[in-house]
Amino acid sequence: MSTPGSVKGASGTNNNEGGKGKMGGKKELKRTSKFTEVQEALGKDGAAIFVDKKGTQNLYIDYPYHVNYIHSYAQDSPFFLGLAEGRLRGTRCEGCKYTYATPRTYCQFCGGEAKWVDLPLVGKVHSWTTCHYGSEAFLKETPYNLVIVEFEGANSVLLSRLKGCTEQDIYVGMPLVAKFAAEPKYLITDVWFEPAPGAVKK
Amino acid sequence: MAQGSSKAGAKSRERDVFSGTPTPSSTKRTGRRVYMVAGGVTKFAKAHPDMDFRLMCKKAFDKARSEVPNLRMDDIDGTRISYFSDHFSRQLKAASMVQDFLGLNPRGSVRIEWGGATGGECFQAAWEAIASGRMDTCLAVGYETMSRVQTWKGNEFIALASDVNFDFPLGGFYTGYYALMVTRHIYEYVRKTKFANIKDEREAQRKATEYASRVMAMVSVKNHRNALHNPYAQYPKDLTLDAVLKSEMVSYPITREDICTMSDGAAATILCTEEKAKEFTDNPILVKGVGCGTDTMRLADRPFGKVLLMPHEKASDYANLEYPGVHSFRAGRAASIEAYRHAGIENPNKELSFVELHDAYASSEIQTYEDMGLCRYGEGYSFVEQGDPFLKGVDYGFPVPKAGTTPVNPSGGLIACGHPVGATGLMQAVLAYWQLQHTIGKNFGSEKLQIPNAKRGAIHSHAGTGSSVTVSILERVRP
Repeated sequence: MSTPGSVKGASGTNNNEGGKGKMGGKKELKRTSKFTEVQEALGKDGAAIFVDKKGTQNLYIDYPYHVNYIHSYAQDSPFFLGLAEGRLRGTRCEGCKYTYATPRTYCQFCGGEAKWVDLPLVGKVHSWTTCHYGSEAFLKETPYNLVIVEFEGANSVLLSRLKGCTEQDIYVGMPLVAKFAAEPKYLITDVWFEPAPGAVKK
Repeated sequence: MAQGSSKAGAKSRERDVFSGTPTPSSTKRTGRRVYMVAGGVTKFAKAHPDMDFRLMCKKAFDKARSEVPNLRMDDIDGTRISYFSDHFSRQLKAASMVQDFLGLNPRGSVRIEWGGATGGECFQAAWEAIASGRMDTCLAVGYETMSRVQTWKGNEFIALASDVNFDFPLGGFYTGYYALMVTRHIYEYVRKTKFANIKDEREAQRKATEYASRVMAMVSVKNHRNALHNPYAQYPKDLTLDAVLKSEMVSYPITREDICTMSDGAAATILCTEEKAKEFTDNPILVKGVGCGTDTMRLADRPFGKVLLMPHEKASDYANLEYPGVHSFRAGRAASIEAYRHAGIENPNKELSFVELHDAYASSEIQTYEDMGLCRYGEGYSFVEQGDPFLKGVDYGFPVPKAGTTPVNPSGGLIACGHPVGATGLMQAVLAYWQLQHTIGKNFGSEKLQIPNAKRGAIHSHAGTGSSVTVSILERVRP
């Protein structure tokens, strides 16, 4: 976790870095009435001034925040360990005779404990989309396809990525096969789906 | 039989687990009657560089107070304060700082957070404080400051409100989730009906989606053009159908103009008892019904069961429908049923003068018409084409024969007003309040959006992929 106050060139300790050492080593802050220019200036200088319509100065600073969580999959762990072995594991409540394709360790209807079961490695498109934008973490991966997969014998479905085809190829009902990462990252992305052989029209 | 239609079909489902019985918390309400007596909003904007969250809340609060000069600070017994994300605020316990800045210490207060429905929950929390007898007058105020991060980082923060084990790492992006839902909605209600005679599955689905996209564009045009007459709106636009259809594809089939934006803004409402309301105003608005519903956090966990029915519907209407699946919002249905029962509403399309609903996406507005019972499941698209949710007297550039039946989002909704999450549900309450007071002209500087003789309105606040929804019914008291 970082703290603010890391305004570059404004601390007086790095006067020569910018090569334009002004009086007292302080760098002139960018002044602008454009919000996008404030954002750009923060990336470079760590601070900027937005001048609003009334001429009032509003001081902005870059304020980083980063955390590495010690994240436990806890009761969901068997699913993610299964992916590393090329297994797709759901759960089943014997009392309700209900099979979860996205595992729930306790049944959402009766509250009873559900048992781990293996799902088939083939399924069908229940719904889908192609994302041309994404949140920051995934922007570089666009365009990517999201798919909701239905399985024979399962009552609920699974959200996944759909690879090996484009927006033009995909339709609800398309047959799919599961694929697994050779080197697991222990993320849900260790499994994805591709069209079954022959499912994509040439 | 179309491919892909048999999810959890007769063979794979060994037992129909979900019985379809709604479980509203109560059908009898014994609490005190609650009135809204004042409301205020800041303009919703991309950024308010001159106001932090505290000052925005103060401005909204002061605007509300200006409506009720007889209400002194001493009359306020306590507060409910809402904001969605600590990530956006970069300040934990920010609600305490709002309470502090407004000068309301040492009164009782609590922060409300419930995803996208944060504002709607805050409104109902204030309702509960009055109805229960705990307070006589309660302030509900909420805000969001989404300009504090870049847009795509903001999308990431919002996507963290999806399961971080199973959903987020796949490309956590709410527009993507809503695109998945509407793709199935189109499959269920357009492909299987209007395009049932086309044999090629891919072609039939593409044609169904083209049709549905045009209807979504009609909703976007409606909301953007309504907002031309709302000075508080962030993105009023003189849009055309063509412009929406040609705007950038974000997640197929949802385009840029079908989506609400990130905003900074605050909203405040003051609720009180009947006795207090008489002291403060001669034009109070009764909060006649409240409802709240929930559903699974993950889309993938939603059951394929039976529809929760409203009094004007029959089970046979939906004999072949697996519900809610990923195409409908059971939480919105449950919230509506509870609120309508509380308010004594049997047929919402006939008994509501207007609805302000949570149109984060043009697609979810259409889905929500059905959840709220404004039309039957499957009729959302024709409801738009017939013109029911449009206003009379606003030019949309295409015919809207039944305009004025039940105007939806006369303010412009989230799509055009903006969506500063913690303020949004309260903003809806304020705009509904002005509609019912018949003071839109005074507050907007134009009568264009005033619904003539508005008597009863519904506000609808929605979270996640439909994991929680509130519906509140507001009613005019004066003849």
